[in-house]
Amino acid sequence: MDVGQILANGIVLGALYACIAVGFSLVWGVLNVINMLHGSFIILGGYLTYFAWAYSGINPVVFLPVVALILYGLGFAVQYLFINKVVSAPVLTTLTLTFGLDMILYNVMTVVFTATPRRITLDLGSVDFFGVILPVDRVVGMALALILTGLLYAVMRTSKIGRAIVAVRMDRQAAELMGIRVNRIYAITFGIGALMAGAAGAVFAMVFPVTTNLTGAFLGKAFVICVIGGLGSVPGALVGGLALGIIESFSGYVLGPQHAITVGFVLMLILLVVRPTGLVGVKGYE
Amino acid sequence: MTVRRAFVFVLFAVWVALLATTPFSGDNYTVRIAIQIAMYSALALSWNMIGGFTGYPSFATAAFFGLGCYIGALSQIAGAPTVVAWIVATAGVALFAAALGLIILRLKGHYFAIGSIAIVEVLRLVISSWSGLTGGGDGLNVPFLRGGPEFVSQLVLGVMLLIMVIAFAVTVWVDRGRLGFGLKCINQNEDAADMVGIDVTRYKIAAFVLSAFLCGTVGAVYASWVGYIDPTDSFSIVFTVKVAVMTILGGAGTVLGPVVGAAVFVVLEEYFWANFLAWNRAILGAIIVFLIFFLPGGILRLDYRHLWSQAKARHGRIGMAGGE
Amino acid sequence: MSTVLEVSDLSKSFGGIRAVNGVSFSLDEGEIVGLIGPNGAGKTTLVNLITGVHRVSSGRIVFQGEDVTRQRPFQAARRGLARTFQIVQPFPAMSVVENVGAGALFGGSATSKREAMALAREELAFVGLDALADAPAASLTLPNRKRLELAKSLAMRPKVLLLDEVNAGLNTAEIDNALALIRAIAARGVTIVIIEHLMKVVLSITSRILVLHHGELIAEGEPHAVVADEKVIEAYLGAKFAARYRAEAQNG
Repeated sequence: MDVGQILANGIVLGALYACIAVGFSLVWGVLNVINMLHGSFIILGGYLTYFAWAYSGINPVVFLPVVALILYGLGFAVQYLFINKVVSAPVLTTLTLTFGLDMILYNVMTVVFTATPRRITLDLGSVDFFGVILPVDRVVGMALALILTGLLYAVMRTSKIGRAIVAVRMDRQAAELMGIRVNRIYAITFGIGALMAGAAGAVFAMVFPVTTNLTGAFLGKAFVICVIGGLGSVPGALVGGLALGIIESFSGYVLGPQHAITVGFVLMLILLVVRPTGLVGVKGYE
Repeated sequence: MTVRRAFVFVLFAVWVALLATTPFSGDNYTVRIAIQIAMYSALALSWNMIGGFTGYPSFATAAFFGLGCYIGALSQIAGAPTVVAWIVATAGVALFAAALGLIILRLKGHYFAIGSIAIVEVLRLVISSWSGLTGGGDGLNVPFLRGGPEFVSQLVLGVMLLIMVIAFAVTVWVDRGRLGFGLKCINQNEDAADMVGIDVTRYKIAAFVLSAFLCGTVGAVYASWVGYIDPTDSFSIVFTVKVAVMTILGGAGTVLGPVVGAAVFVVLEEYFWANFLAWNRAILGAIIVFLIFFLPGGILRLDYRHLWSQAKARHGRIGMAGGE
Repeated sequence: MSTVLEVSDLSKSFGGIRAVNGVSFSLDEGEIVGLIGPNGAGKTTLVNLITGVHRVSSGRIVFQGEDVTRQRPFQAARRGLARTFQIVQPFPAMSVVENVGAGALFGGSATSKREAMALAREELAFVGLDALADAPAASLTLPNRKRLELAKSLAMRPKVLLLDEVNAGLNTAEIDNALALIRAIAARGVTIVIIEHLMKVVLSITSRILVLHHGELIAEGEPHAVVADEKVIEAYLGAKFAARYRAEAQNG
């Protein structure tokens, strides 16, 4: 395999990774909560899209916004009912709480959907681009992932809600004094995190098989990407996601696919110690 | 104060004695639960050093436990006598924790939490892919303990209880001494602790090693007991969170809390496992959620007198409402 | 009198900014020295350098004949270089006596927790906080928190005590109490450096003043002489107002 092909595979994977991590990064950055539910949100999005497609036969892209909205509602509710009550507690509390909630969601999913891997098969063939061969569904997945990430970026930069979220992230007290209802912003932020997870899951289901056994793996990816790219910003997640995709692609080729994930984790541990703010992170946010 | 301390000792001694007599009073199933209670008590007491006293949200328990499993198993396969293998595992894990602590204890809060989770993942991945030595994902058969099944479970119970007693003794020693005082200072304000002359780095590493070494022993003994280990079971995040939850359930930072939490949790889990197999995980999750909202300080920190007076007041109010 | 602390050519940069630049001075045993300067002059940074909170960029610190330039804060505390913070730093969930006991046990000479607590009670009596010894530290009022900080530092049996704005946020009566306390500490033979904004305090209590401006030591000497120094007035008031001040002073 030549370098161009490996790089292209890495970029496709990286775009999907960015989309996976961006919601997680947002929640961590704004709420200061490590959302252990994130992996399950992604899989839930994937399953919902798969079953909608399997029963209706309509192009799954149509369902993406619907699934994303459902996940938004779920995320908003989880934050409003549970996490808001302990949002300023130490890490141990919030992390354990989201882990407990994740156990419930995971269990519900395995009972309702079973753990059978599901994949939407679109059979779009593949394209040959100067000798680099890419399946079309992956290219579509990459494009969707980038569009979603870009949309989130635009929302954060330009909308009133987006500015309010950024304000809360920078200084909760000051934002409160400016008349921002912080608890509501928290719930919206968590909802958006879940929305992005659900959308990412929908995209993923068009490219790779999804199963509940993958929730932990997705969560792990989100950790790694956040630490590599830096916390709480869309560009950070994009850089981290692309970096991880390319690193995994190359190390998978050089060391064998079973080592690709290990390399990502080791890199994360090194970065945690050497540069905890990430490659494009801002200093000063815990 | 001393009366209370004596009371804690007596309570603990009675509890250990009760667990130790299960082979004479109960069936195999009861003995197995007693072993699990002793094992998780030792793990929770260990976690309490770093998570309770020091206030560092460590999720590395599974890393220490899993490493203990593999070091113990591999030493035995290499020909070491069982007890020697257990000791090697203990020492190996202690060394590993010291080296690791030097690196990741520089992190705080979320970063430390994620770092410690990542350690578990990295170890799992390394052991899974190092199939030449560890058997990879297929796992490893560990030489069985000699003797009949009943003798073996009695032996394992005895050893696990011994580890639990050691963990308790270490906890009491730390709690009463200079180290524990320093750790509590670090927990509340690390910079201020540095300023009053506490060698924060060394204290934290000491706490981390103390939170690790007995996990190594437990892992090695567990491997000898079950006779088969694999990377997924040995290095599991659920396992790691479970130990932390047990400690919080009983009361993190207290001496007896981890023991109470481990016992309550194991019994609850067994009950749900037996009766609601398909929903086992969700029920566990629900317990965690309940715990965080209704028992944030743990069972031992509950203000029972306050609860009692509240209950009485409520009762009185209902009575009055009925009268109207 | 012998020199207890000697700082030579000390500098510290954060990124491109030199927060402390080539500062040299020494402290004699038992004196009370004032460290003054406008906001942002680098006073707290200097204290942080001396106590090992920040790494020194260049220069040397010698404490009782020992080079301590590279020390960490806990080492400074154990050697007898104690400090208080502008923003008090208690262990909030511990009782007052435990807070002070931590100082006695880890930074001082106590060899056991019991001995540390006994020492702590002595120091609490010294600063007048003995009645609240068993109260949680988080429940104290601001003046009492400052007393707690002092008691905690004293429990470490310091040779040199650096007081970073101990009077900030106190009213006049509270300041008078604090001054009496500082004099009493000095009477125990502790060398004191006091960072202070209130000139009244500085002039009434110190035997010598160091003036820091833009990270550099611009004046040093007898308090009243230093306060009349042109450069010092300019540093505080700016060139324009300094000229007006001089004119007014001349006109009577």
